[in-house]
Amino acid sequence: MPVIEAVNAGLRRVPTWPVYVVGALPPVWYFYLGLTGGLGAEPISEMEHRLGLLGLQFLLLGLAITPLRRFAGINLIRFRRAIGLLAFYYISTHLLTWLLLDIRDPARIWADIVKRPYITIGMAGFLLLVPLAATSSNAAVRRLGKRWRQLHWLVYPAVLLGAVHFVMLRKGWQIEPLVYLAIAVILLALRLRIRWVTAVMRPDSGR
Amino acid sequence: MAYKRKLTWSDVTPKADWLNRRQIMAGASGLGLGAIAGPIAAAVPIERDQTAYEDITSYNNFYEFGTGKEDPARYSGAMTTDPWSVQIDGLVERPGNYDLADVLKGMDIEERIYRFRCVEAWSMVIPWNGFELRALLEKVGVQPSAKYVGFETLYRPEEMRGTRSPVLDWPYVEGLRLDEAMHPLTMIATGIYGESLLNQNGAPLRLVVPWKYGFKSIKSIVRITLTDSEPPTSWNKANAREYGFYSNVNPEVDHPRWSQATERVIGGGFFAPRIDTLMFNGYAEEVADLYAGMDLTRFF
Ligand code: HEM
Repeated sequence: MPVIEAVNAGLRRVPTWPVYVVGALPPVWYFYLGLTGGLGAEPISEMEHRLGLLGLQFLLLGLAITPLRRFAGINLIRFRRAIGLLAFYYISTHLLTWLLLDIRDPARIWADIVKRPYITIGMAGFLLLVPLAATSSNAAVRRLGKRWRQLHWLVYPAVLLGAVHFVMLRKGWQIEPLVYLAIAVILLALRLRIRWVTAVMRPDSGR
Repeated sequence: MAYKRKLTWSDVTPKADWLNRRQIMAGASGLGLGAIAGPIAAAVPIERDQTAYEDITSYNNFYEFGTGKEDPARYSGAMTTDPWSVQIDGLVERPGNYDLADVLKGMDIEERIYRFRCVEAWSMVIPWNGFELRALLEKVGVQPSAKYVGFETLYRPEEMRGTRSPVLDWPYVEGLRLDEAMHPLTMIATGIYGESLLNQNGAPLRLVVPWKYGFKSIKSIVRITLTDSEPPTSWNKANAREYGFYSNVNPEVDHPRWSQATERVIGGGFFAPRIDTLMFNGYAEEVADLYAGMDLTRFF
């Protein structure tokens, strides 16, 4: 399709560094808004919520890149690393907001991590992302070779944990977090299907 | 921040003395309430700022208009509050559909400065205007067999966009034991900071039970029913493990998903630390007797 080719051609000309620069801004901007009354009556939890949501959205965006290429032909692969690292950055600042602005007391922080299932699950999701962020450089990709891809499968459980964390922390059964969880499950299912189809079509290529 | 001022003992005490006198009078008029424990000066016995009017009217939970904190301020304007009537029925002497004016007739509107503690672990200090629920119940006459009071919020989907999704089983319902309902701290609010209640705060009439989590203080009441058995309550129906009938503020009984030991004070900004949550939200002296001998971890 010419439109998609044009889109891809355009995308190829966009450098990746502006994605990092623009992507770095939201936590700083929210912090500024919080200081100046722009986050409403409860700035701490507003900042916590916005960063958590942004982190989840970027994780899902990162997972959508392969299916987008497969099913729509749109190639965003060049931006995938930036998107993944930004997701990690938002979730790290989400965690920092919780640690430094919200709870603060180390004893209470530990108690929450072990006692509150939604915190435990969020924390598990975050911990799964740490090795992925740590191995995002070209050097690490080269060094790990095939194991890099295997390692980066961890993003799927991490997203699922993040989405479950979201469903759990809202009071009652709310639609918004369930929609996010559904998207995560669908993206995972698509990915499994792609792998399955690939395996069937190229039985000699192995997994 | 308009309306914000430091609340000190000298602010509270004269009013408290006055309230106390009123109560002693009420007690003397044969209500059988027994001794009223402690002066109502405990309405706010610690020094805490009153929450700014903007914050009280912009940060709300009123799921009938959406689950976001700003949704009620944004969307509750669609709710018609005039005309308004309250169906009072069940075990009462004079049941009926009372017009708002009839409800208010003879009620003595006073200011009460109460702490307000949400189950989500945030809190405000709110200067309410209103009257004691007891006065209304006496006006309609409580039958001797009544043991509980049930309340119901308006349910009008065309004006309440949040009720189009099944977050809760609409209409919102709440309830109190009769002795809780008759307690002098329990009030029906009609205003905040001397202004009529805004829709997001539960206009035109809402309950205020300061020693219980905020969701017990049901908003925009259209029905009050006296019963002899425990009435259903919305959050308890939605999740009985997490929300009990009593829902008294209790720092020692955690919500299954989060701690209730501390709370964040609304309006404190980025750097204000959490503060410790007090037993019965600081009203233990007044209300602990109501629960004497009860296991509060079981009846949470
Ligand atoms: C994969 C990692 C994570 C993701 C994707 C994630 C995502 C989210 C999302 C989407 C929200 C709700 C935003 C909203 O309501 O609009 C949220 C809230 C929250 N998250 Fe996370 N989160 C993660 C990890 C963590 C970690 C590690 C912690 C702390 C240890 C944490 C603590 C919280 C808290 C305290 C809230 C607010 C809860 C409340 O206000 O009741 N999260 N998170």
